[in-house]
Amino acid sequence: MDLQTIWFILWGVLWAAFFILDGFDLGIGALLPFLGKTDRDRRMMLNAMGPFWDGNEVWLITAGGVTFAAFPGTYATLFSAMYSALMLVLLCLIFRGVAMEFRSKGNSDRWRAFWDKALFLASSTGALLFGVAFFNIFKGIPIDGDGVMQGNLFTLINPYGLIGGLLFLTLFSMHGSLYLAIRTTGDLYQRAVNTAKTLWIASLVMVVVAVAASAMMTRLFANYMTTPALFLIPLLAVAGLGLCRMWIGKNDWRAWGASAVSIAALTFYGLAGIYPAMLPSSLDDSFSRTISNASSTPLTLKIMLGVVLVVIPIVIAYQFFAYKLLSHKLDENDLRSDHAY
Amino acid sequence: MDVLMLSRLQFAATTFFHFLFVPLTLGLGILMAVMETQYVRTGQAIYKRMVKFWGKIFLLNFALGVVTGIPLEFQFGTNWSRYSEFVGDVFGSILAIEASVAFFLESTFIGIWIFAWDRISPRFHAACMWFIAIGTNISAFWILVANAWMQNPVGYTVRNGRAELVDFGAVVTSQSAILEFMHTVLGSYILAAFLVMGISAWHLLRKNEVEFFTKSFQYALIFGLFASVLTAGTGHLSGIKVHETQPAKLAAMEALWETTDYAPMTLIMWPDPENETNHWEFLEIPGLLSILASEGDPSTVVRGLKDFPPEDRPPVTLTWLSFRIMVGLGTLFLIVSVIGWIWRRNLRNHPRFLKLMIWMIPLPYLALELGWIVTEVGRQPWIVYGLMRTRDAVSTVPLPDVWVSFVGFILVYGLLGILDFALIYRIAKRGPEPAQELESAAVEK
Repeated sequence: MDLQTIWFILWGVLWAAFFILDGFDLGIGALLPFLGKTDRDRRMMLNAMGPFWDGNEVWLITAGGVTFAAFPGTYATLFSAMYSALMLVLLCLIFRGVAMEFRSKGNSDRWRAFWDKALFLASSTGALLFGVAFFNIFKGIPIDGDGVMQGNLFTLINPYGLIGGLLFLTLFSMHGSLYLAIRTTGDLYQRAVNTAKTLWIASLVMVVVAVAASAMMTRLFANYMTTPALFLIPLLAVAGLGLCRMWIGKNDWRAWGASAVSIAALTFYGLAGIYPAMLPSSLDDSFSRTISNASSTPLTLKIMLGVVLVVIPIVIAYQFFAYKLLSHKLDENDLRSDHAY
Repeated sequence: MDVLMLSRLQFAATTFFHFLFVPLTLGLGILMAVMETQYVRTGQAIYKRMVKFWGKIFLLNFALGVVTGIPLEFQFGTNWSRYSEFVGDVFGSILAIEASVAFFLESTFIGIWIFAWDRISPRFHAACMWFIAIGTNISAFWILVANAWMQNPVGYTVRNGRAELVDFGAVVTSQSAILEFMHTVLGSYILAAFLVMGISAWHLLRKNEVEFFTKSFQYALIFGLFASVLTAGTGHLSGIKVHETQPAKLAAMEALWETTDYAPMTLIMWPDPENETNHWEFLEIPGLLSILASEGDPSTVVRGLKDFPPEDRPPVTLTWLSFRIMVGLGTLFLIVSVIGWIWRRNLRNHPRFLKLMIWMIPLPYLALELGWIVTEVGRQPWIVYGLMRTRDAVSTVPLPDVWVSFVGFILVYGLLGILDFALIYRIAKRGPEPAQELESAAVEK
């Protein structure tokens, strides 16, 4: 396998890791008004993701940084082409973070209600926008030969993009309720499990719709036809969902893990379809940014590969340790701590 | 305004806000790690209370530093896509390393630090604080390596219409990078030290928690004194480096128009770029600029602005004024730290000094922002000095989109800035949790 293909896969791995990890934070935020009936419930939800949201978000920063390092052409074209959509995502991520931080610093109901609303809107819109953005990448966007977008934010709001947005939103919300189940007991636990079951049906429907829409509206399946083994990826997504349903309410960690597999598989489902392009142009194939016309020099790719292969396993090890240490069932003691959310 | 000007303003504004939050965490993290280490060593509850109290301010700024940092990384792509494509091979990898080496470390261990007080040993908990402090400082290192490359590009060659990496080691160990890193983090330590001293002074004047705030003050004082001395030293070395690598910037910093040896430093004046001269020149010290720009040789030739075509000169007045005020403030921090050192054992007998320390809190913020202006405005019209002009670096994006994002950033960041400082003020005024509560909480468990 050539260096650029290895980097294309790593690129996908980083995005998938971000969707799996921050996906559940965004999902919990999106469910806040629905599952958090009382202030105590809502604090439970915040503290469930409290130790992790920040570390999870770094997967996005790393994915962005690696796009810059390994594929500067893609980085430049993708983010300037999706200017306003990305700015909105950033706004969402800013408000998600500060809502968590500011909420607990005031006691009044109005203060808390304001930041609850901000957290909900930021998380749900963020999840939706990531879906819209990625499905537009899967479909291709109107970039010209200079890498300039012939369109604006509303070009991205098309039926296929919206299907992607809704898919991400339902999937992340289910994923969030599954993680919430891991960390809660009693009534809130029951509600989390029931919500996960409902959202599971919605997610399944959205996956079917998304695959059907891909067949009708995109050229994603061209690669699948030439390399049928790729069909294992969407199959894995469906298998993950199946296993997830089996374990919801019975084995919380496994149910979460199975939905994580689905999220990763769905990310790669699209990427496998566009390879070797990273940002297909809908105007002309020769305008697409691909792993060869957008990549860094072999020297940079090699240095970065060395860095990533050393550092990322260490990161995974200590993040795994953090999850193990702090995924216990929350109780009143956790809420009483000085620095708790 | 066009996309170029708006993009410049947007980047300046977002960096400015990011840098309201970050320097405090760079320095306060280290102070807290030292305090927590003292707690582990002595077992005295006061150190734990110190860590917890200052930790509240730290965490607030940490969160704001994180969320305001993300737009900076993505703006290279959104607003400066031509720059990104041109330099990505060198510049992108540095950002990627920053994220994977430093951001993960600080962001993961901060979660453990906040939530695992009762779940891990005090020793390991203190180690987590060190990981966070080291992580924030490592991230400063990488981002300043990236910035230093824009000031003094090394280790690359221009090939295939872009800057391609040739020598990674040269980029990372460039003297410009090391100096910029040291000068910036040391300046940040001053900021953290003065914030802690200022808040402590406020409480000492009111005789609240005297032992608690005397100790906090003394720790911050030592830290601040050490940082003030070294900031001045690294500042001097940076000047020599700028003379060597960015002569136009040095000329603008000193508003020096004519190339000359025995270049003087004029203490009082006002630049007049229109007529390429200065007004009200007063108190001229002959040869001092040449001495400072070299390693003490007054016959060193310093190039003046007239040596550069007008289109290659940075904005003179802003660069010059920012530099002046920054240096003045740095000198003030050094003097104040020395006075504090002399009076360190009987601070409460010097209420005027304590009052002064409260008013000192905003000044390091000002000094740091001015330092950024000198660095970034002084580099203009280049985005990468001598290699790429800022005007050639900007993306082709619709003007209305940039207007919307620019105004959005100003409004949102303005709100966040106000809330952040209002909350710090509240936390600071309220003071630490009473000692008894902490103990009784421990008994309950």
